[in-house]
Amino acid sequence: MVEALLFFAPASLIIIGALIVIFAKNPVHNAMGLVMTLVSLAIIYITLNATFVAMVQMLVYAGAVMTLFLFVIMMIGVDKKEQTTDSLKGQTFLVSGVFLILISLLAYVAISSDFKWDLWFPPVEFDAEGTPQLIAGTLFTEWIFPFEIISLLLIVATAAAIALAYDTKKRNNNA
Amino acid sequence: MSTELIIALIKSNVVLAVLLTNTILLIWLERKLVAGMQSRVGPDRAGPFGILQTVADAIKLLLKEQIMPLKADRAMYLLAPIIALVPSFLIFMIIPLGPDLNIEIGGKDYIVDFVGADLNVGVLYFLALSSIAVYSVVLAGWSSGSKYPLLGGVRASAQMISYEAAMGLSLVPVILYSGSLSLVDIVSSQSGNLSTTIPILSSIVSFIPKWNIFPQFIAFAIFFIAAVAEVNRAPFDLVEAEQELVGGFHTEYSGFRFAMFFLAEYINMFNMCAITATFFLGGWLGPTFDGFLPPVLSAIMPIIWLGVKTFALLFIFVWIRATLPRLRYDQLMELGWKRLIPASLIWLILSAIVLGLREFGLPWS
Repeated sequence: MVEALLFFAPASLIIIGALIVIFAKNPVHNAMGLVMTLVSLAIIYITLNATFVAMVQMLVYAGAVMTLFLFVIMMIGVDKKEQTTDSLKGQTFLVSGVFLILISLLAYVAISSDFKWDLWFPPVEFDAEGTPQLIAGTLFTEWIFPFEIISLLLIVATAAAIALAYDTKKRNNNA
Repeated sequence: MSTELIIALIKSNVVLAVLLTNTILLIWLERKLVAGMQSRVGPDRAGPFGILQTVADAIKLLLKEQIMPLKADRAMYLLAPIIALVPSFLIFMIIPLGPDLNIEIGGKDYIVDFVGADLNVGVLYFLALSSIAVYSVVLAGWSSGSKYPLLGGVRASAQMISYEAAMGLSLVPVILYSGSLSLVDIVSSQSGNLSTTIPILSSIVSFIPKWNIFPQFIAFAIFFIAAVAEVNRAPFDLVEAEQELVGGFHTEYSGFRFAMFFLAEYINMFNMCAITATFFLGGWLGPTFDGFLPPVLSAIMPIIWLGVKTFALLFIFVWIRATLPRLRYDQLMELGWKRLIPASLIWLILSAIVLGLREFGLPWS
């Protein structure tokens, strides 16, 4: 009973948030819908005993990334309404065609396979899963090389972004 | 209902009541202290020493008319004060208030831990919730549909994001030193007295408690500066600089919603001081006088010790506010990015080297 409540409450919030992201007209409302989805997803992670991932989700996505999103939206002005008319000719027609094909493909697969609609989840073992120690142990021993490569990539990307944005000529003239 | 659930309900209600009454006390204390430092009288009309002044203010705010600007974004305008208040209550849940207590109810023993929730990712939880609190300021500023709140909101988000980085980085050496992300473990790692291998110093040092502030003084200084900036207190209160921005992000709020922002600000201040006490000043640790006092009193001694430490830090918060003038905006950003973050990174590397040497010895020996 409690488990079902703990699953369905955040799960419905995720769906509502995702719908807000798609249908809300105001960019700030879209961003807040995404925040709602990300925070609810963190709750789902907690129920799966992955507390570390949940906290990182809150800290990085809901905390840092979305705040910067909101910052940018606020700075470039949200008074301009989002374009609701088609910019490409026959866009709606094409998209609905592709959507119909995908749906019929999915329906075909669902009918032809022996997939059953019983939602059974394997019980979660409530021991050391998802603790920071366990994640750090695997990350810094077994996966240390890919981890370091990824951090190097991020630094390269940051340096490249700064190099692109930094106008040397303008700087020299001002100085 | 199970007894555990009842204990949890009692705990959360006690926390709610304590935080609310505590805020009333805190606002009065701040006004009185600042008044004393500036040679004024301060509130002295309502009740003895004016202690009921905040109660009167709260009743006034609750009875006032709610005004919403015509150009406000309705949903976000109503949501912002709630987002401000919820994380401030949630952060208090992870602060350990004392050791475990055995209580006998109906012939069964229950262990009541004096902490809302002992999370194994407590530090991350604290950082995550303080980053959620940024939304309240950003949304309040933007949704008011007015230019001064918007400027206040933009300033607030930039400031809080910058200082959050310094705050998080200054906590990493403490986590390394204590070896845990759980606040309960961080407190228990500070029990006992300092020890050293240098024979002359050991007799002096052995009287000093093993609090993190002594080996991690730089981390404490960085964390405390970042904490003042994070709760937008003077001298970092550019977010609500009265002379420039009217009232900052909450200019357009009135009545109860303004009271919610006010409440959240003071609860956040209290939380920050309690967390600083937990990380650096040994939390609830302190002599409990087991033999001398009746057992009920010595059971609540840890809470009193935490309260003493927290209020000492709050006094410093108020002292700073009464003393220092406000920083300029570019000075604020420079202090955050060019001073505090590099300093915390260097301190992190130094502590890691020292801890590594202590753990593994010199690399060539």
